[in-house]
Amino acid sequence: MKNKYSIFSLVRNAVSYHQNWSQAWRSPDPKPAYDAIIVGGGGHGLATAYYLAKEHSITRVAVLEKGWIGGGNTGRNTTIVRSNYLWDEAAHLYEKSLKLWEGLSQELNYNVMFSQRGVMNLGHTLQDMRDIVRRSSANQLNGIDSEVLTPAQIKNIEPTINISQQARYPILGASFQPRGGVARHDAVAWGFARGADRYGVDVIQNCEVTGIRQQNGSVTGVDTTRGFIAAPKVGVVAAGHSSLLADYAGLRMPIESHPLQALVSEPLKPVLNTVIMSNAVHGYISQSDKGELVVGAGIDSYIGYGQRGSYSVIEGNIAAIVELFPNFSRVKMLRQWGGIVDVCPDACPIISLTPVKGLYFNCGWGTGGFKATPGSGWVFAYTIARNTPHGLNAAFDLNRFYTGALIDEHGAAGVAH
Amino acid sequence: MLSIDCPWCGSRDQSEFSYGGEAHIVRPKEPEKLSDEDWGDYLFNRKNTKGRFEEQWCHTAGCRRWFNAVRDSQSYKIEAVYKIGEQSPDGIPE
Ligand SMILES: Cc1cc2nc3c(=O)[nH]c(=O)nc-3n(C[C@H](O)[C@H](O)[C@H](O)COP(=O)(O)OP(=O)(O)OC[C@H]3O[C@@H](n4cnc5c(N)ncnc54)[C@H](O)[C@@H]3O)c2cc1C
Ligand SMILES: [Zn+2]
Repeated sequence: MKNKYSIFSLVRNAVSYHQNWSQAWRSPDPKPAYDAIIVGGGGHGLATAYYLAKEHSITRVAVLEKGWIGGGNTGRNTTIVRSNYLWDEAAHLYEKSLKLWEGLSQELNYNVMFSQRGVMNLGHTLQDMRDIVRRSSANQLNGIDSEVLTPAQIKNIEPTINISQQARYPILGASFQPRGGVARHDAVAWGFARGADRYGVDVIQNCEVTGIRQQNGSVTGVDTTRGFIAAPKVGVVAAGHSSLLADYAGLRMPIESHPLQALVSEPLKPVLNTVIMSNAVHGYISQSDKGELVVGAGIDSYIGYGQRGSYSVIEGNIAAIVELFPNFSRVKMLRQWGGIVDVCPDACPIISLTPVKGLYFNCGWGTGGFKATPGSGWVFAYTIARNTPHGLNAAFDLNRFYTGALIDEHGAAGVAH
Repeated sequence: MLSIDCPWCGSRDQSEFSYGGEAHIVRPKEPEKLSDEDWGDYLFNRKNTKGRFEEQWCHTAGCRRWFNAVRDSQSYKIEAVYKIGEQSPDGIPE
C-alpha cells in the first residue's frame, strides 16, 4: 500500500516536522459515468464504497456528498457501539458489525480508536429488569457476550454511580456487554474514505444529488449540483434526508426525521470506565479520551431538519445524568449540537432493493446506526453488487412494511443508541 | 422550546403539547378492500417534508384538544394553526 501509516512513516515524517504527509484521499472532479454511485458520504456510504471495491471488485464508484464527509450524523453521534439487540435478525446484523469493528483499525490502516470498555444498560423498574434478563439471555443464545449485573457489581465497575435506593428511580441492575464500547467518529469516516480512495473510488464532496433519473423502471443516473452523472446502480445512504431522495425517485418511505442532540463537557481526569445508558430515565454517557463527558439526549417529538433541538430535551437529559452521577452536577458543558435522525416505525433499518431497478436504499438507522457502520456498508455492498440482499439484511427490506414482518427493536433500540 | 398557539387557549409552551405527526391522512373507508401495499402505505409511509409542513398537535396538558399547524420543518417556525375540520391555509381539504 502506498503511503501506509506505520511507526516508520511516523518517524520519517517527524524528521521533516510533519510538513510532508501526503493527502489521505484525492478530491477528484466527477466523471461522466460510473458503475455505481453512492449518495451520501457518511460512514455508511463510505463503508459501502470501500466494501464494493474490496469485496466485489467494483471500483468505478463515486461517493457523492452534499457537504463534507462525516458532516452528517456520523460526525455528530455519541459513538456507542454494541450488539446486544433482542431479536435474532438485529442481533446477527449488529454482531457482524461488531466483529468488523474489532479488526477495523488494522483493516483500514487507520486508527479508529475503537475502545472495548464495555456498555452497561441500566434497569430502574421491575419490568426493566425482566426485559434485561430476557434480552441478555437472548444475546447469549446468539453467542453475543452479555451478563446481568447487580447494583453492587455496577458500583464495583463504576464507583461514581449513585446506587442509593433513595434515588427517584433507583438502579436495580444492568445488562453488561464487555465487548461494547466507543470509537472515534471522524476517524471512521476518514479511514473508510482513505481506504476506498486507494481502490480508485472517487470521494466527491460539495456535490448534492438533486434528482434521480430512470428509464423504463431502471435507474440511469443522478442529477447533481455538478451536473448529471450516469450509473446503472445507485445506492442511497442519506440518513435524515432519505425521504427527499426517495421523493426524487417517486417512492415513499416509512421514515420520519427528528432532531437528536448531544453535548460534551469540559475535559476531566478519568472518571468513567464504561459506557452507561439508561432507557428509563433517558440518558447515556461516556468519557472521551480527551476527558470530555459525552452525553446523549433524546429526540424532539416533532419532525425537524434543522440540526438543532429544544432546550427542554437537554434539560431533562442532564437531570437524569445528574441523578445517576450526583458529583457531575458542577461540571460545565462546553458544546451542544444536533443531528437529523431517520426514524423507522420498528426502530430497525431498511437495507433494501426498491421498485426501481438498480436503485437501493440504506436508511432508517435512526438514533443508533453508528455502531453498524462497517456491517451496514458490508451488507449494502453485497446487496448492490449482486442485486440481492445478503442473508444478514434480507429481513430488513422495504417489503416488511407490507407483509407486517416488522422487527420490533424498540425495547433494545427505541430510546437507547 | 417552541411557543405554540392553541386555537382555543392561545400561546403556550411546547411542553404542554404532544405531537401527532403528519396531518390530513385520510383513514380508508373500507380497509378490508385494500391491498397489503395500500394498507402498509396508509399505516407507515409518511411525507416527512423538509420545509412547509401540515402537522397535528394535541394540547395534552391544557384543553386536551387536537388541532393542526403549518410549521417549517427546517426553521421550526409555526406559520399558522387551524382547527381540525378546517382547510389548511395551503388549501389541503379537511
Ligand atoms: C446526537 C446523536 C447521537 C447518536 N448516538 C449514537 C450512538 O451512540 N451510537 C450509534 O450507534 N448511533 C448513534 N447515532 C446515530 C448515528 O449517528 C447514525 O445512525 C449513523 O451515523 C448514520 O450514518 P450514515 O452514514 O447513514 O449517515 P450520515 O453520517 O448522516 O451521512 C449521510 C450523508 O448524506 C449526505 N446527504 C444527504 N442528502 C444528500 C444529497 N441529496 N446529496 C448528497 N449527499 C447527501 C449528508 O450530508 C450526510 O453526510 C446518533 C445520532 C445523533 C444525531
Ligand atoms: Zn388548548
